[in-house]
Amino acid sequence: MTESTYRIQGSTGEWEVVIGLEVHAQITTNAKLFSGAATEFGQEPNTQVSLVDAAMPGMLPVPNEECLRQAVRTGLAINAQINKYSRFDRKNYFYADLPQGYQISQLFHPIVGEGEIEVQLDEKDPDSEVRVIGVERIHVEQDAGKLMHDQHPTMSYVDLNRCGVALMEIVSRPDLRSPSEVGAYVKKLRSILRYVGSCDGNMEQGSMRADVNVSVRKPGPITEENPLGTRSETKNVNSIRFMMQVIEYEAQRQVDLIEDGGTVAQETRLFDASKGETRSMRSKEDAHDYRYFPDPDLLPIELSDEFIEECRASLPELPDAKRARYENELDVSAYNAAVLTADADTAFWFEGMLAAGAKPKAASNWLLSELFGALNKLDKTLAESPVNPSQAAELLGLVDDGTISGKIAKDVFEIMLESGQGAAAIVEEKGLKQESDTGAIEAVIADVMAANEDKVAEYRGGKDRLFGFFVGQTMKAMQGKANPQVVNELLKKVLDL
Amino acid sequence: MSVDKETVMKIARLSRIAISDAEAESMVPELNAILGWVEQLAEVDVSGVEPTTAVIPNKLRLREDKVTDGDVREKVLANAPARENGFFGVPKVIE
Amino acid sequence: MSDITELGVAAIRDGVAKGEFTAVEAAEAFNANVAAGRALNAFIVETPEMAIEAAKAIDADKAAGKPLGKMAGVPIGMKDLFCTEGVQSTAGSKILEGFIPQYESTVSANLWKAGAGMLGKLNMDQFAMGSSNETSHFGNVLSPWRIQGSNHDLVPGGSSGGSASVVAARLCPGATGTDTGGSIRQPAAFTGITGIKPTYGRCSRWGVVAFASSLDQAGSLAHDVRDCAIMLEAMAGFDPKDTTSLDAQVPDWEAALSSDLKGKKVGIPKEYRMDGMDGEIEALWQKGIELLTDAGAQIVDISLPHTKYALPAYYIIAPAEASSNLARYDGVRYGLRDLPDGAGLQDMYAVTRAAGFGSEVKRRIMIGTYVLSAGFYDAYYTQAQKIRTLIAQDFEKAWEKCDVILAPSTPTAAFAPGEQSDNPLAMYLNDVFAVPASMAGLPAMSVPAGLNKDGLPLGLQIIGKAMDEQSVLNAGLAIEERADFTARPEKWW
Ligand SMILES: [Mg+2]
Ligand SMILES: [Zn+2]
Repeated sequence: MTESTYRIQGSTGEWEVVIGLEVHAQITTNAKLFSGAATEFGQEPNTQVSLVDAAMPGMLPVPNEECLRQAVRTGLAINAQINKYSRFDRKNYFYADLPQGYQISQLFHPIVGEGEIEVQLDEKDPDSEVRVIGVERIHVEQDAGKLMHDQHPTMSYVDLNRCGVALMEIVSRPDLRSPSEVGAYVKKLRSILRYVGSCDGNMEQGSMRADVNVSVRKPGPITEENPLGTRSETKNVNSIRFMMQVIEYEAQRQVDLIEDGGTVAQETRLFDASKGETRSMRSKEDAHDYRYFPDPDLLPIELSDEFIEECRASLPELPDAKRARYENELDVSAYNAAVLTADADTAFWFEGMLAAGAKPKAASNWLLSELFGALNKLDKTLAESPVNPSQAAELLGLVDDGTISGKIAKDVFEIMLESGQGAAAIVEEKGLKQESDTGAIEAVIADVMAANEDKVAEYRGGKDRLFGFFVGQTMKAMQGKANPQVVNELLKKVLDL
Repeated sequence: MSVDKETVMKIARLSRIAISDAEAESMVPELNAILGWVEQLAEVDVSGVEPTTAVIPNKLRLREDKVTDGDVREKVLANAPARENGFFGVPKVIE
Repeated sequence: MSDITELGVAAIRDGVAKGEFTAVEAAEAFNANVAAGRALNAFIVETPEMAIEAAKAIDADKAAGKPLGKMAGVPIGMKDLFCTEGVQSTAGSKILEGFIPQYESTVSANLWKAGAGMLGKLNMDQFAMGSSNETSHFGNVLSPWRIQGSNHDLVPGGSSGGSASVVAARLCPGATGTDTGGSIRQPAAFTGITGIKPTYGRCSRWGVVAFASSLDQAGSLAHDVRDCAIMLEAMAGFDPKDTTSLDAQVPDWEAALSSDLKGKKVGIPKEYRMDGMDGEIEALWQKGIELLTDAGAQIVDISLPHTKYALPAYYIIAPAEASSNLARYDGVRYGLRDLPDGAGLQDMYAVTRAAGFGSEVKRRIMIGTYVLSAGFYDAYYTQAQKIRTLIAQDFEKAWEKCDVILAPSTPTAAFAPGEQSDNPLAMYLNDVFAVPASMAGLPAMSVPAGLNKDGLPLGLQIIGKAMDEQSVLNAGLAIEERADFTARPEKWW
C-alpha cells in the first residue's frame, strides 16, 4: 500500500486520518520582533529581556523589519500570495510566560496568504508519489517566555529570554493523510526554510515545532454526508518522530472513542513523550475566548512592490529547481540529486567542488559515499569536515587525469583527513604517482611470469580465471602504483600468445 | 444585548477579576445600563465605511535588526514580588 | 520681591534668565506651597529635593553662561501616569503602589532636558479613568474652588484633577496631564485654568501608563495660553520608541502666538447645542462667539452630524483597549501580588486584580472584555471604529468651512464629591463635548471664560485641525485677552 492510503482499522471498518499542521518556525534574526533584545539561545535567565519584553508600564513595541522581510521571502519561496496590507492583532490570554497578557500575532490580515509545497513521499525514491500540500497562511507573531516547574518545591520559575522572539506560524491545509506524509512535509518545509535562511530549522533548540491537528473520517470524498471529523490540536510537538507518534496515537484514540459511541472534543492537547501519549490541556480550556483585536500600538503594515521585489531577488535557487538542474544539466543520478539537494549545506558543498573544477557525476558519488562515510566514522557534520570542497576537487582531479588510481585516492583521502594536507602534495611526498611506463611494467610482468611458470602453463591450458592472479601479482610488485588498464593490456599481450 | 449574572461571572473570569456573587449581582444593572446606552450605535448606517486604523495619517516605522537592548536583568527584576536565581517566581503551575 | 508662586511658566523662566531671582528660590517657594497645600490631596509623592536639584543645575548653568532651555528654572507637577525613574509611579492605583520605574518617560525626560524640575507626582483618577478624581486609590483630589459662601468640597474634574488643582491653587506653575477623552480639558475648565491636548502623536506615549492607546495623548495645564504653549513645546517631539508618534518638527508655538484672528473662520457646530443644555453654558458659548468676532474672526455655522455617537463609541473603544492594556497588571513582575494560601497562578491573577483595581477600572475592563468577546466583536468594536471614521470625516468636512471650532468645554461647572460617583453614565456625560476631538485625534484646548452664578469657573473649548495647534493656541489667546478671567479660588487649604 502506498502512503496516501494509510488507514486505521476499526471495528466498523477503515478510517482515514486527516492532518493539518501549524508549524512555528523561529525567524533567524539578531534582535526580537518588537524589541532590541538579543535572540541567542541558551543564555542566563532574563538577561535577553528588555523593559518592552517584560511588559513594564508604558512600554511600546517597534517592529523589526528583518522579521517581515524573512516572512515575505519564505512566502515567495512557496509561491504564496504576499499581502501588501497586513496588521498585527492582539490575542488576549493570561499566562505567566506572557507578560503583556496578550500575544501580538496576526489573525485578520496575515502577511502571507495561500501557497503550496510539493512533497516527495519518499525522498530516497525519486519515483515515489509527489503530493502538493496547501499552505493556508504564514503570519508573524511573538514567542512566549519559558516556565520551569522543577527548580523549586512550591514555585515555577519564569525566564523571559525567549519572550518576544519572532516566529512565523506556517499553517497547512488539512491535506496530510499519514504520519509519513507529515514527516516528509516537515522535512521539505525545513529544507526550504534553511535554503531561504529564514529559520535554522533546529528542532532540538525549539526553532521549529508544530501544533498537530488530527481528525478521523470514513474514507471517500469530503461531502455533506461525510465531512471532516472534529479535530484535536496537540501543541508544541518538537520532533518529527513525536509528530508521527502523536498522529498514530490521536487517530487510534479518536477511532476507539467514536466506535465506542463517544464524540471527539475540539480541544488542545499535550504530548507526553515519555508515555508516547497525548492528554487534554484542561488548564487552558476556559480561557479560550482570545478577544482578538487590532493592536492599537501598531499601525498597519504596508509593503511596497520594491520591497517585495527585493525579497524575491534575494532568494537562492530552491531545492526543487536545484534537484532538476542536477539531474538534467549535470546528469547526476536522480537519487544523488535528491540527496544532495535535500539539505542546503550539502548542495552548497557540492557546488563548491564543481566551482573548484570537479566533474559533477564523480563529485556527487564521492561526496555521498567517501565523504559522508568518513564524516560518519569521525562523527562530524559537513560543516566540521576537515577537508574543504576545493581540496576534495583537487583529489578527484588527480584520479581524473590518471595521476593516481581510485584505490590510491582512498588512501590519499585518509591522509588528507588526518593531516589536512593537499592531495597533490601527499601524492608527491609519498611518491604515490601511478606508473604508466610500459617498459617498467613489462619488466615486472616478465619477473612475475618467470616466478610462476606453472600458473602460466595452467592459464594457457585454459584456466582463464588465473588472469586476475597475474594482475594482482604485478600490482603487488609495483605497490599498487601501476596504471591498471596498462597492466591489463600488457598481460593480455604476453599471456594470450 | 443585555447581560445576566452568569455572563457577568464569565466576563469576570475572562478578565481575571475575582468577584463575589453579590458583586456580580450588583454589576448586572450597571453593565446593562451602559450596554443599553451604547446600543444606539447600531442605528448608524456604516455601509461602505472602513473602521479607523490610524486616527492621524501615519506610516508604520520599522526597526533595523540590531541588538540595542536587553542585558538589564536588574532593571527587569527590580520590582518583582518574588524573584530567585535570576528568575521571576510564581505559584507552581501544573500543566 | 513679589511672591514667585504667583508667577506662571513664562514669568519664572524669564525671571530666572534675567536674574530677578534664582531657580532655587523659585523651587523653594513652590516646595513651601506644596507642603502647605496637602489639604487638596493633589500629590501622591512630593519630591522637593528633586526640584532643588534641578534648580541648582540651572543656576549653575546660568552662572557659567551656558544657554538655558525652554523651561529653565520652572518647577512643575508630574501626573502620576508618567513613569519617572526611581520615583514611585502608580497611575493612582493600588496595583502599582510601590512600583519604582527603572526608566523615564519620554515626555518627562524632555521636560527635564528643557530645564524643568519636579515638585512631585500628582494624584489622578485611577488609570486615568474618571472625570472627578474620585477613583484614585490615594483618595479624592479636592478643587481649591468652593461655591461662594460655602465650605463644601468640589471635585477638580478628572482624570488630570491633581494637575488642575495644583495649578489653580498655585502649588505648581504648570503641570503635565493626559487626555484620552477630555482628561485635560474638563479639569482645566472646572478649575479656571488653561489646558491643551495636542494632535494625537505629537507627544510620545513611551513610558506613559497606557489607558487607551489609540486615544491617549499628553498635554499641559497652566495659568494661561502662553504657558501651555511653552510647556507643550518642551514635551512634544518625535520619538522612535513610539511608532504612533509623529515624525514632524515641533513649531515654536510661543513665538507665533497672535490673538489677531483677521481672516480666520471659527465654526460653531450646531450638534453641540444639545437639548436641556445649561443656560449658563449656552450664554458662555455666545460670549465666546462675541469675543472671537471682536478678535477679527468670521463665525460660520457648521455641522458635525455624528457628534451624539462619539461618547457611546468612545465607551466601547476605550474600555476595549484598556481591558487589554491593563492585562499586564497580574502580580508576576511588579506591583501588587495577592496570593492566598494554596492559590494557583490563575487564582493569584484574579485575587490580585480584584484587590488592586478600583471599581471604575474593573467596570471598564469588564465592559471592554465583553465587547471584544466571541460573537460581540463586530457588533460593538468594529461598529464603533466605523463610527469613529465617520466622526473624523465630519471634522474633515468642517475644515472646508472653518479653521477652528468653538464649543463649550463641559456641560456643567464643577460638582461636589459623591454627586455623580454612583451613576457611571451621568459621570461619563461630563466629557460629551470633549470626546469627539479625542476620537478624531485633533488638538483641543480649554480656556477659562467666565463664572457661573455660584462663582465657579466655566471653560470654552477650541478644536483645531490635525497638526495646527497654533490656530488653537491663537484663538485661545484671543478669548483669554478679551474674557479677562481673573477670578481665583479663595484660599482655604
Ligand atoms: Mg496553534
Ligand atoms: Zn501561533
